[in-house]
Amino acid sequence: MLDVFDLLPLLLTGAVVTVQITVMGGALALVMAFAAGLGRLSRSAPIRWLSTVYVEFFRGTSALIQLFWLFYALPLLGVSLDPMVAAVIGLGLNIGSYGAEVVRGAVLAVPRGQYEAARALGFSRAQMLRRILVPQAIPAMVPPFGNLWIELLKATALVSLITLGDLTFQAQMLRTATLQTPLIFGTVLFIYFALAMVMVFIIRRIERRVGRGLDRGGMRT
Amino acid sequence: MIFDWDFAYSILPNLVDAVWVTIAATFWGFLLALGLGLVLALLRRSRFRLISWPVGFVIEFVRSTPLLVQIYFLYFVLPEFGLVMSPFLTGVIALGVHYAAYTSEVYRAGIDGVPKGQWEACVALDLSPYRTMRSVIVPQAIPPVVPALGNYLVAMFKDTPMLSAITVLELLQTAKIIGSQTFRYLEPLTMVGVIFLLLSLVASMMVRLVERRLAPAQSSPLLDYTK
Amino acid sequence: MSQIDMSAPPMVRFRNVSKAFGDLVVLDDLNLDVQPNEKVAIIGPSGSGKSTLLRVLMTLETIDSGVIEVDGEPLWHMRRGDKLVPASRGHLREMRKKIGMVFQQFNLFPHMTVLRNVTEAPIHVLGLSKEEARARAVELLEMVGLGDKLDSYPANLSGGQQQRVGIARALAMRPKVMLFDEVTSALDPELVGEVLTVMRRLAEEHDLTMLMVTHEMGFAREIADRVCFFDSGRIAEEGPPSVIFSDPKQDRTRAFLSAVLNSQ
Repeated sequence: MLDVFDLLPLLLTGAVVTVQITVMGGALALVMAFAAGLGRLSRSAPIRWLSTVYVEFFRGTSALIQLFWLFYALPLLGVSLDPMVAAVIGLGLNIGSYGAEVVRGAVLAVPRGQYEAARALGFSRAQMLRRILVPQAIPAMVPPFGNLWIELLKATALVSLITLGDLTFQAQMLRTATLQTPLIFGTVLFIYFALAMVMVFIIRRIERRVGRGLDRGGMRT
Repeated sequence: MIFDWDFAYSILPNLVDAVWVTIAATFWGFLLALGLGLVLALLRRSRFRLISWPVGFVIEFVRSTPLLVQIYFLYFVLPEFGLVMSPFLTGVIALGVHYAAYTSEVYRAGIDGVPKGQWEACVALDLSPYRTMRSVIVPQAIPPVVPALGNYLVAMFKDTPMLSAITVLELLQTAKIIGSQTFRYLEPLTMVGVIFLLLSLVASMMVRLVERRLAPAQSSPLLDYTK
Repeated sequence: MSQIDMSAPPMVRFRNVSKAFGDLVVLDDLNLDVQPNEKVAIIGPSGSGKSTLLRVLMTLETIDSGVIEVDGEPLWHMRRGDKLVPASRGHLREMRKKIGMVFQQFNLFPHMTVLRNVTEAPIHVLGLSKEEARARAVELLEMVGLGDKLDSYPANLSGGQQQRVGIARALAMRPKVMLFDEVTSALDPELVGEVLTVMRRLAEEHDLTMLMVTHEMGFAREIADRVCFFDSGRIAEEGPPSVIFSDPKQDRTRAFLSAVLNSQ
């Protein structure tokens, strides 16, 4: 009979892959969220359409299908991706499309008076977004971004289905080798939960940081 | 290799059959999520910490761990305790429980949104806690959160391909089987993607329609692109 | 007090300007000339279109018809030959530099210090160097009595202080016309005085055309050269404050004034 300490080394190798994808995919998602979220507010109609198509496409299809398509269908069109690259691109673009809606919503939710004051001072649209609206929208973006990051962690389990040796993949390998099913999956679930808790801790710290010194509400009479 | 339209046409009937499995899994899964989510939301509000704390932990745990692993857990672990279910039923339960953790939070927000005066009126009328919830609070809590519930319905629909991992013959699994038999993955996987895109666009539009009826659309001067 | 040259070309000119929100007409074929350096107080019942008059001048709202001129140039139009065509964004941006606005809700940028609130637009819109913008801002902030608050954030200021920053911020752009949209309405009564004091100094010591929508009748009477009573999208009556406040001709003006003065 194996105990949990026999399983841990292999599971932890998998967990490293899981963390890598969560971090790299998260970075890509963040970039895409701002690019497409602000792109949807661009004055240029082609940029708006492009951003909207990206967002609707990745939100409209399923993350697993996107991964399968990148890994199994794309090579048939002559582009072969390393599984790790496919995983980071697929999940990063998927979560980024949800993030784009967060960026757009937060910018639109900045009080109208800020827009008017910026207009009255003669700022161009780009200056207004960059200097006035986006900085004020960022604190509102952090909690939903945090939720999306946790969603990304959960979605990384899907990469086990495109042969990548993440935590879930290692669990499956161990299951077939040892048949210690309850122990393996119980441990794996708790590792994911622990990772999520670490991420929640990081998100809270960021929340406190961006919220500091910036009591909202421009009025205090 | 380019997209072979004849081949695509020939496999369309198989995929259309599989759509029904996907839709059935979504339907039953969401029904479970709606019911179980409400129960969890009410239990989490319980005055007894022996109930509210463990329920809160379970909700957090289910929300923070991957649905795919939960599916495996039910599929591989439950039989060891003598509980054998079909892959489809296992999948429906996994979807339902996972999303119940989300819908319970939606219900909670809805219940918290009911004005305090409604509770006070129930106390004044001497209604039992059950009657208060059943007749006054829950009926007022649900309509405002219908769009949020709708969004989770769409999200669950998009998670059904995970059931392919436990051999449920839904869309993705059907596409994979076609691919392994014909060595053509491009057409079935692309078509499954398009089918999902179409169905979830329709579903999202319906959610937005409901949303707009409940609250008028956001208006911002930024949306005037001429300025 | 600076003199008003009645023979000079007007600084602001409304010609047959109309504006409606759906069925609600807020500016009804409006005509108004404001001379350089003139201080005009606009009074009237809420919903009469007073604020819209300022907001179309600031280009925050469009107009449906008519022509507005600022400093001899059409605001919403450009001259092409002897025809007027709709203004380009570039033209609007240039015109906006002539106009400054102070808002009822202050609308300070909460993520910036007081100093940056005042320097941000001069640096990035006018292209001033940081040193020039800072010198200009410090001078203005001292003028409004906030020389010691440069590094504070708006949330840590009282409403009256915030509004004085709002005035300094608008002045830092060196506008020719200043618009004041009910700038004391959101303030607690004990904070109104400090803002009015700043505006009084501004009116007395600076060559500035001022349009003020206000409910402060005493203040209007004291510093305005002309009072316009606005009702249903039109100027129902106008004249020097001494005449409007003591001897209004129109019944509606009289009714409005007695209602307002009795409640104050």
